[in-house]
Amino acid sequence: MFSRFGWGVHPPESKAGTKGLKFINLPIPHTCYIPLQQHVGAPARLVVNKGDLVSEGQLIGSADGAISAHVHSSIPGKVADIAPVLTVYGPQTAVIIEAEGSFSASARQLPTGAWTDLSGAQIRDRVRDAGVVGLGGAAFPTAVKLSPPEGKKIDTLVVNGAECEPYLTVDDMLMQTFPEAVIEGTRIALAALGIGSAVIGVENNKKAAVSALKKALAQLNPRESIAIKKLRTRYPQGAEKQMIASLLGRRVPSGGLPMDVGVIVQNVGTILAIRDAVAYGMPLFSRYMTVAGKAIARPGNYKVRLGMRLADIVEECGGFVEEPAKIVMGGPMCGVSVPSLDMPVVKGTSGVLFLTRKEATHAEYTACIRCGACVAACPMNLLPCDLGNAVEKNRPDLALKLNPRDCIMCGCCSYVCPSRRPLSHFIKLAQERTKPDTVAKA
Amino acid sequence: MKEKEQREQMTLVSSAPHIRSGESVHKVMWSVVLALAPAAAFSVYLFGMPALVLIGVSVGSAVVAEALIRLFLRKPVTVLDGSAVITGLLLAMNLPPRAPCWMAAIGSAFAVIVVKQLFGGLGFNIFNPALAARALLMASWPVYMTTAWHRFSGDNVLSPALLNNGGLPPAVYDTLTRATPLGLLRDGPRILADAGLGSAPLYKMAVSPEMLKSLFMGNVGGCIGETSALLLLAGALFLLFRKIITWHIPAAYAGTVAAAAAVYYYATGCPCWQMMPLFHLLSGGLVLGAFFMATDMVTSPVSRKGMLLFGAGCGIVTFVIRLWGGYPEGVSYAILIMNAFVPLIDRLTKPRVFGVKEKARP
Repeated sequence: MFSRFGWGVHPPESKAGTKGLKFINLPIPHTCYIPLQQHVGAPARLVVNKGDLVSEGQLIGSADGAISAHVHSSIPGKVADIAPVLTVYGPQTAVIIEAEGSFSASARQLPTGAWTDLSGAQIRDRVRDAGVVGLGGAAFPTAVKLSPPEGKKIDTLVVNGAECEPYLTVDDMLMQTFPEAVIEGTRIALAALGIGSAVIGVENNKKAAVSALKKALAQLNPRESIAIKKLRTRYPQGAEKQMIASLLGRRVPSGGLPMDVGVIVQNVGTILAIRDAVAYGMPLFSRYMTVAGKAIARPGNYKVRLGMRLADIVEECGGFVEEPAKIVMGGPMCGVSVPSLDMPVVKGTSGVLFLTRKEATHAEYTACIRCGACVAACPMNLLPCDLGNAVEKNRPDLALKLNPRDCIMCGCCSYVCPSRRPLSHFIKLAQERTKPDTVAKA
Repeated sequence: MKEKEQREQMTLVSSAPHIRSGESVHKVMWSVVLALAPAAAFSVYLFGMPALVLIGVSVGSAVVAEALIRLFLRKPVTVLDGSAVITGLLLAMNLPPRAPCWMAAIGSAFAVIVVKQLFGGLGFNIFNPALAARALLMASWPVYMTTAWHRFSGDNVLSPALLNNGGLPPAVYDTLTRATPLGLLRDGPRILADAGLGSAPLYKMAVSPEMLKSLFMGNVGGCIGETSALLLLAGALFLLFRKIITWHIPAAYAGTVAAAAAVYYYATGCPCWQMMPLFHLLSGGLVLGAFFMATDMVTSPVSRKGMLLFGAGCGIVTFVIRLWGGYPEGVSYAILIMNAFVPLIDRLTKPRVFGVKEKARP
């Protein structure tokens, strides 16, 4: 029941601030800044012009290329401008929409017929049309993930409800609030893949979510085989490779993908977006997320329109009780810290943290004392200390021998280091500096 | 105006993770000092003022030496991180209680300046500084290092709690108790043979309840840190609990010594071979070495597997020196020798990356 992987870490969960807080719809912002790239792959191609009137959920960016995703308008209104905006992925062309008119998405016509009558290809088309991407943070286009290439035999869908990142409680609340929808979404994803077996993995600190899911599963009694498994509360339990090892005992080969061991992993939020897209024809233009940290007045779990700026969120959440020292989009272990409140929420934003100086520990780093804590913590069995030293000495040749590319950027090594060395940052540099062309030049 | 305001309130931006465990080098080092304190205090109680003065001089000169060399090298002075205090304390615990103070001062300065700072400072030294200093003092002033013991009564170095209940002639008994426990084990057979006796009474004495109790509680002669196994183990337990050390090195070290002792004494027909491993574990500097010096982070392997190998190597070398070496105790040399093997061990025990098959490894 409590299957495990390597070592990992167990940071203070810090979930108490938002645990069990029911979802609240944040008011619709007056202006949305919707970037054309909110996903892995090519940016969407702009299909509206400045001055156009758009309706809620209207396509404004069309998927461009094999790996890309549609982008829709989050609010009805007028395209005020098309301009570069700083996002969590760097500067991006964004469609700036000022709200006006009525909210038509909820009034638009529902797809006719039940989803059970659809073929796998039709389901994938609806997922693609809705612009669904991985909502756990990675933002990989979901329709692409649901279409494994020829020759890759998939037998199991893993639904990731681990939520091992401290602070975040959004997935926990999604499973508690919409357990039937999670089961239905899982069935839809299974239908898209043409398989009949799924495992929902949840860390054992989310007892309410597990029992809600179990109850829903017993009630719905689907014909597909869907199992709910508890996982040990251990970071990074929710990382794809660790999740698969814990749930199924399969090890994704180095440099490989889950599909190499017959598995597709989808986050619970993504599963719900798939359901909304397929069963209700709802494009992805809002998402659930956690707003937390000791600096914000009203932390909680909120439904937010994509493109809403952090500044508007702060205002709706009662402002700051203390000046935040760090603003993080995502979780504290592998989220991205951002310099300003002008950033818009994008599809991959699972949470926004406003951390106080006390929470966001930061200190000068010193030399490695070879304590081995990072080696014990690394879920990929790397030697972060040696990688860090190789990077510090500017020796990409040494770094290359230490498999930097296997790093999943979970941050465990930096977290445990008593010398406060930014080890995962060093490993990121090692990845950059050992790219084949870079080494050849050096 | 608003823009300017915002710029002034810029938040911190750095790569993930944004939270840290709160562990620091500072906390690690001072925890080790705290863990050593009870055993050191007990030695002061047992051996009196000379031991306290020796600890003070050793720690003080290590700190002063560190400050001076850092100033001379124009590097930030880092004495507050506690590592120099540990080096001084460990060196003192590796000295006989009546060793002269100037020796401790020279040892500490050598440890900090030559063994640690000239190699690059904390994190870069190859050998355990305190043990390297002990080796220097052992080579330079062997007489002090092997005879400056505390005497409990008359010439008794061994332990005040022992009784001559083995029926040995008083003269032979007095000669035997002039040594430390490991000295007894080493020189005992010769002393008994000179008196025309077999070595059986010696082993009986070594594993007598009085002897084992003395060793465990600490009522016994030897270096300042070779006394109370109980208090050292209590300190070690604290370090294990704090996750500053792991069980791997001490367990492999002690396990190897115990296994080697059992095999050796069984093979040589010692009548009390079952108890001899316990004598070896509790006597000399084994507890101090296995839990506090072999586990020195800088000079031990980084992986669990490497730690086990390193500990086992320390155990074998220790036992070989104790039985056949030139000195009665081998812990310090064993650890120093194994320190030199750490890079090799690290290379041999590089963990297999997740998702890489055994055969696919180049």
